Amino acid sequence: MSDASSMSLIEVRDAIRNGDLTAESAASSCLHAISDRDGGIGAFLQVFDDAALESARAVDRGERTGSLAGVPIALKDNICLNHGRTTCASRMLETYESPFTATAAQRLIDAGAVIIGKTNLDEFAMGSSTENSAFHITRNPVAPDRVPGGSSGGSAAAVAAGFVPGALGSDTGGSIRQPAALTGVVGMKPTYGRVSRWGLVAFASSLDQIGPFGRTVADVALLMDVIAGFDELDSTSSPRAGMAVSPTLSEPVGKLRIGVPRQVRSEHNHPAVVRALDAAITTCTSMGAEVVDVDLPRLDDGIAAYYVVATAEASSNLARFDGIRYGHRAALSAGEGLEDLYARSRAEGFGPEVQRRIMLGTYALSSGYYDAYYRTAMQVRRLIRDEFDAIFASGVHAVMMPSTANPAFRIGEKVDDPLQMYLEDLYTVTANLAGVPAISVPAGVTTEEEGDGTALPVAMQFVGPVGGDEVVLRVGAEFEGGRVEG
Amino acid sequence: MEPMAHELSHDEARHVARLARLALSDEALESQRVQLGAILEYVERLRKLDLDGVEPMTHAGAPDHTSGMESNRWDADEPGPALDNDTLMRIAPAIHPPFIRVPKVIDGGGGGA
Repeated sequence: MSDASSMSLIEVRDAIRNGDLTAESAASSCLHAISDRDGGIGAFLQVFDDAALESARAVDRGERTGSLAGVPIALKDNICLNHGRTTCASRMLETYESPFTATAAQRLIDAGAVIIGKTNLDEFAMGSSTENSAFHITRNPVAPDRVPGGSSGGSAAAVAAGFVPGALGSDTGGSIRQPAALTGVVGMKPTYGRVSRWGLVAFASSLDQIGPFGRTVADVALLMDVIAGFDELDSTSSPRAGMAVSPTLSEPVGKLRIGVPRQVRSEHNHPAVVRALDAAITTCTSMGAEVVDVDLPRLDDGIAAYYVVATAEASSNLARFDGIRYGHRAALSAGEGLEDLYARSRAEGFGPEVQRRIMLGTYALSSGYYDAYYRTAMQVRRLIRDEFDAIFASGVHAVMMPSTANPAFRIGEKVDDPLQMYLEDLYTVTANLAGVPAISVPAGVTTEEEGDGTALPVAMQFVGPVGGDEVVLRVGAEFEGGRVEG
Repeated sequence: MEPMAHELSHDEARHVARLARLALSDEALESQRVQLGAILEYVERLRKLDLDGVEPMTHAGAPDHTSGMESNRWDADEPGPALDNDTLMRIAPAIHPPFIRVPKVIDGGGGGA
């Protein structure tokens, strides 16, 4: 019997399609891998053993068909599913059972995918290490003493560990690309509006996007073809028709021009990232691409602008968790009233990082500070968008830069220093601020010496213009296929 | 532009927590006060930029590079399907079917639920 845990998503899909593997055995091998090994990793918050097997058997009986028929998939636990719980890794939603299924998840199900379980995250997607989960941490499958990145660390780890061939995450400031980079898998943040946000528990609505993880760019392209497309339930959904890039993914992109921002050649990059960037430029040149220097002068201001915009939106979005209609409700003492119910439920239900971001956003929006913080951040956001627009208007097809400046850090290393944790997102937040698509592709490893005995993955991301999701997937696929080792 | 004090006082932190509806202990509030101060000090860098005449980017929707279509749209303000009462009762933390139970809100709102 083929072992689905070592196969790419497309290999699993094809093996089921050709009759070499049943959907039930594919689901079963994922469930066994999880029960055998996830105790040491912690990628999952819930596993749907019986429901997954039943859903797989329906594929085998021919009752469920589609482009992902029988393919096991995991969902980040801030994506609503009307089965099991949707916790956002928060005490606030510990017992919450969503009455909805998110559009992106429904599209996977409609395409025949088998939902294996819900994956761990930093609470409400706020964090870069998956150490902020209220339930447990997730370890990096490549090096278990290190973080898998975050906030979609559970989904990244689930794919990296071979528990599932594909997964969905969400990316507000790098929460798909950074964990993909740190665990050695592929992850993509689509253009803002390309994938419906309906049913994604909102963190920062103008930045959030659902996106896929896979072992290869082709796997991610196939998932994008399924989840992208207009959704009338999301008022920011792009009216463009869906995607169909998979069948032509391997076609040559043509005479490519790749821009590398001068600002990412930073002295703060880890030596392995420096080597990977040099090697990636060689790869692009050997692909026949022209590699040119470009400028993102406001790159270094991205983090500051991002943490004002994102927390301002979060303070508003998370106001809905008040202990009244759903979620955690505090037990009141005699003499306490409605105001106490709100404030105590939120103090008990939210962890420290979520509370910090709500307070930061509340402060930034408060009387007397709105212009100084929020309006200023939105102006910087405009500059960053204009800088990307100018690069793409000059004939550059995609911008290449490291996904992160460093490989995976040790568990506990940054947990007491929120600002250092925020700076992890230096290279990823600009794509969210600008609303442009970006894919992270493995691009090398550290030496074993640099990684304390383990070769730790590093990655490059390819950033495209608004609506250029197909472009970054094609460039990513060509880069992946032609990669020259550094 | 108003001067920004990135060092939050205890009273300011308490005020922000109150606005955010977070009943924090003195210890939790002090920890947040210190962390927020460090973050606000970092954010200060934005104030050094020349932003005269830069239009704030208020949303992420933008014309698509190939189709030119915008992703933001206005929907008609019309009622759509809503959750049924059984579902609302199932997910609410305290109920008195068909109602959600809340603490007293009139006459000062004192007293538990």
